[in-house]
Parts: sequence; C-alpha cells; structure tokens
Amino acid sequence: MSDAAHNDWAPRTTPRRTQWFLKPSALPGFGITFGFAVTYLSLIVLIPLAVLVARASELGLDGIWQVATTPRVLAALQVSFFISVAAALVNALFGTIVAWVLVHYEFPGKRLLDAAVDLPFALPTAVAGIALAALYATNGWIGALFAPWDIKIAFTPLGILVALIFIGLPFVVRTVQPVLQDLDREVEEASATLGATRTQTVVRVVLPALTPALLTGVALAFARAVGEYGSVIFIAGNMPFVSEIAPLLIVTKLEEFDYAGAAAIATVMLGISFVTLLAINALQAFSRRRFGHA
Amino acid sequence: MAIAIRAEGLAKSFNGTAAVRNLDLEVKPGELLALLGPSGSGKTTFLRLVAGLESPTAGRILFDNEDATILSVRDRRVGFVFQHYALFRHLNVAENIAYGLRVRPRATRPADAEIRRRVADLLELVQLAGLGKRFPTQLSGGQRQRVALARALAVEPRVLLLDEPFGALDAKVRRDLRRWLREIHDRTGHTTLFVTHDQEEALELADRVAIFNLGNVEQVGTPDEILDHPATAFVAGFVGEAVRLPVNAAGSSLQIGPHQLRLSCGNVTGPAELFVRPRDLALANDPQPAIPARVLAVRRTGPARRAELALADGLPPVEMELPAGHAARKGDILPVTLVNLRLFASR
Repeated sequence: MSDAAHNDWAPRTTPRRTQWFLKPSALPGFGITFGFAVTYLSLIVLIPLAVLVARASELGLDGIWQVATTPRVLAALQVSFFISVAAALVNALFGTIVAWVLVHYEFPGKRLLDAAVDLPFALPTAVAGIALAALYATNGWIGALFAPWDIKIAFTPLGILVALIFIGLPFVVRTVQPVLQDLDREVEEASATLGATRTQTVVRVVLPALTPALLTGVALAFARAVGEYGSVIFIAGNMPFVSEIAPLLIVTKLEEFDYAGAAAIATVMLGISFVTLLAINALQAFSRRRFGHA
Repeated sequence: MAIAIRAEGLAKSFNGTAAVRNLDLEVKPGELLALLGPSGSGKTTFLRLVAGLESPTAGRILFDNEDATILSVRDRRVGFVFQHYALFRHLNVAENIAYGLRVRPRATRPADAEIRRRVADLLELVQLAGLGKRFPTQLSGGQRQRVALARALAVEPRVLLLDEPFGALDAKVRRDLRRWLREIHDRTGHTTLFVTHDQEEALELADRVAIFNLGNVEQVGTPDEILDHPATAFVAGFVGEAVRLPVNAAGSSLQIGPHQLRLSCGNVTGPAELFVRPRDLALANDPQPAIPARVLAVRRTGPARRAELALADGLPPVEMELPAGHAARKGDILPVTLVNLRLFASR
C-alpha cells in the first residue's frame, strides 16, 4: 500500500513523527498502551536490572572480570549453568512423556496427576528442597535405593539436578500439553494410511509439530533453574567448587556486605542467561519457520 | 464379475451406539462409488472401516476376495484423503507427496532419483508442477486437497478412499475439482470410494451411488436408477428435492387430500407415501384426470420458473416446473396431473 493512501485514512491524532518506527495499524490506542507497557516494564524489569549493572560497574570492567574469574565464582557459575541445562534437557524428555500420557490416555486419577504437575509452581521452594533432601539422603526412601551402589544424590551435584528437574517440570508439560492436545488426529491417521509405523509417525510427524512448544518449555525451565535458590541450597550440600551454585555465592557476598561483588556475579549471570535465551529464541524462530507455524 | 471390495455383515458401534449395522456392499474394480447419505448415516464410519482406521464390531472386509479385516492400516495399502487435507505442515509439497515412499522399509523403498521422478509425475498429474517447494500453509484449499490426493496416489493404493474431499471448499472450486477428479479417475483407473452429503456431487461424479441411512445401505445403483427408480421410501425422499405427501391408494385411484385421481397404483394399497418432485407434476390437458391446485407463489430457480402449489388444505406445498411463457400468478387455480408416480406403502 502506498504511503499517500495510508495517510488519507490514518486518524488525525497519530503524530506524524512516530511514523518512522510505527507500522500503520487499524487498531487505535497505540499511544496509551505502548506508554503503559514501557512504563510498567521499566518499573518492574528494566530499572532494577539497570541498577544492578550500575552497582556492578562501580568495580569497573576490570573489577567485574576479576570477581567473575576467581576460581570459586567460575566453579559456581559452571555448576549453575551446566546443571540447569542438564535439568532442562531431562525435563524436555520426561516432561513430553508426561504430557503425552495426560493427553492420550484415560485412566483413573488422571485429573489428580494433571493437578500434581503444577505443584512445583505452588510449593514454597524451601519446602520442596527440604522434602527432596530428606527423600534422597542416603537414609531417605529413595536415597536408600541407590545407596547399595554407592550413589549419593542429596548433598552432591546430583541433588542439585534433582531439585532443578523438580522445579522445571511444569514448564515443559504445560507448554507441550496444549499443542499435543490440538494436534490433528487426522495427520497421524494420514501417516498410518501412507504406510508409516507408529514410531515413524511419532518421529516424522508428531515431534516436528511439537518442536517450537518444546523449545519454549525448555527455555522457561532453564531460566527458572538458573535462578533457583530456595530448594537447591537445602539439597546441594553447598560445598565450594563442587556443589555451590552462583545464586548462593551472591547471597554469601551480600552477607559479607560486598554489594558490588554480588552485583558483579549477578551481572555475569544476567549476561550468560541473556545470551542463552537469545539462542533458544533464535532456534525457536527457525523451527517455527521450518515447521510451518509462521 | 470380479469384486474389488466386499463388506460382509459389517457392524460398528461406539459405546453401544451403532454407527454401521449389518452392512453388505460390493465395489467393482475400477469403479467410482459415491457413499451418499445424511450426516450420522454411517458413511464415514464405513469408509474408515475399509481403511482400517476403525476396527469392526462384527463382520469382515475383503479386498480381492482376501480377508483384509486382520490387516493393519499400513498393510492395507489404501489411499485416504481427509476432508481437512491432513497435510504435514512441516514438510513442503514434494516432501508430503514423497512421504509414503520414504517411510517404506529399505528393501522396498525406491531410490532417491526414482522418488523424485514419481513426485514430479504426480505434481504434473494434479496440475501443481513447480509448486513442490511450497509449504501447505502457502496454498489455497483446492491446491491443498490436490496435494492430499497426490500424496495418497503416491503409494499406489489398491483403493482410493475420499472422505468429503470437497466439503471444506467453496462452490466454484468444488465444481472444478469434481470434474477434475473424474478425469483423474478415468486416467488412473483406481477403485474409488468417496463420501459426500451433497447429492448433486454424488449423482454427477459417480459410476454408482450407495445411499446410506441409519448405518445401512438403502440402495446401490447408477445415478439413473437411484433417481428414476428409488427402491425405498427413504431414497425417494432423500434424492431430488422430493416432497412427501400422505395419500391413500386404492387400486385404480389415488386419494390426495379430498381429491381422487384416476390412475393405476400398481400393487400398493391402503395408506401410502407419495414423493413428488418438481418435474413429476404437469399442467393437465382436458381429458386427463386432474387436481385443482392453488398457486401460492411463483419462483425463479436457475433457468426454470417454478410454481409453489397447494394441492389441498393440510398437505405440505409442492413445487411444479412451469412451461416457458406460462403466465401463472399467485392465487390462480391450475389443473395439475402426476406424470411420474413414486408411491410407497406406509410402514
């Protein structure tokens, strides 16, 4: 459409100078809703993050680098991010299976199981951490099962993994479930009439359709896991260089009144999280195009 | 006579509700058979039973005199086309068509070059050459349905099953695709079953039509047989815009409301149902037995003019095609007679 044609039609109140970034829209109210969105986002997200970065920059780039590269901080960042990624991947697999079961089968207690998926959302994380620690300790119900093989779960990095899987599960299930629900049964039937085995149908037809939702779920579970504090500190054992997570290190710094140091670690975490989420988003955009959800 | 598909005493019920009951049907090789009926008459369930997408509660299905009931969907080698296309959205058109070949076990899978050649041929056949790289979301409804058909043909099915293939398309596209489907069928010669609730579509397109009602087949026959010699009252009422009139038959005369019409009622006596289509009525010439009918309205339907007539108080109004140039107006009384008699004893 030509610009002239648009201008004839556009409401008079649209300020001319906003047109360089504003695409023409028939929906009125851009000014007030955009203003509200930006203000709200600033108060809740942008300003606090800016203050965080400002606080950290008291140390200067050199200072932040020095804090971030101390062996103990590096180890903690490694523990935090690697275990978060691992937990998100485990959830991708088992969360999809849970969603699959909830969508495809009828069984007694299904509603109860469906509701239970949300428990990690609702439970205070400290409660979850204490419960998990008790269960997975070598003398706990589940920990005792592994004890004969000399596998210790609670108070090791494995314990952190269990806690992060616990809190991340609902994200994957709740993003995959509706997509699975909406998936056309006819598409699976078409695949079967064309001679595909059940496995081929799942791998070639169902999973590609789930990919974008699954990536969203994984991104959410990962983001949640990186920031998790409450449940992890109870089960991790918190041994420096082994099972100490970065958020705990931040709290330690705060308790020592080293606000700038805490902010420096936080800024580094912010940076890594941002890059990771950006990568997942790019992957998601690609898969949406690839799998025809555009 | 060879039989391509035979259903014997086929029954299917869902949670106690019968969708198909004790159904027998024979499909000849290479014929285009339409399954026509009101919604809920079991035609789609029957089609899905043939495909193996549902398993029968009783009875069996034979393909070429070989029991297919025990075969799974993937072993039946049917081409199924769904009303809403059911294309794979993440695959482009060429990949959609190649799907059935690519999922074959390595031993029977054609080589890549062969698959590409077959896909190109099929794209040509469904008049979509050059669109192989498009994704389904980038195609119109009619194009999508043609891709679905090409995908079904790619596996060289023993029988082609189409479930309301044009149901989601607009009238113009439907008509075009209907002719085109007939051409494809004449060229490829697949035994084809297609479900529709549109009788115009069924009667124009099919070699034979099976009329479904309440989970069973009322009549199977050519479009001419179905239209001219309906076997049951249901068929007479279902096809060809018929109006049902309660009448009384007495050998050599027919009582319609207060009127007596002298004509032979065949072997029907007593209370009966008369099915009247617009072409079954005509203006009577003087010596002919006639009923005085009051004109309620005159309407234009396509090239013809039709009069809506009241034969008697309390009877539903019937329609009659008027001869060209006839100056009937609302309120006139016309002498009309029955040209065709479709009479069934009341049950």
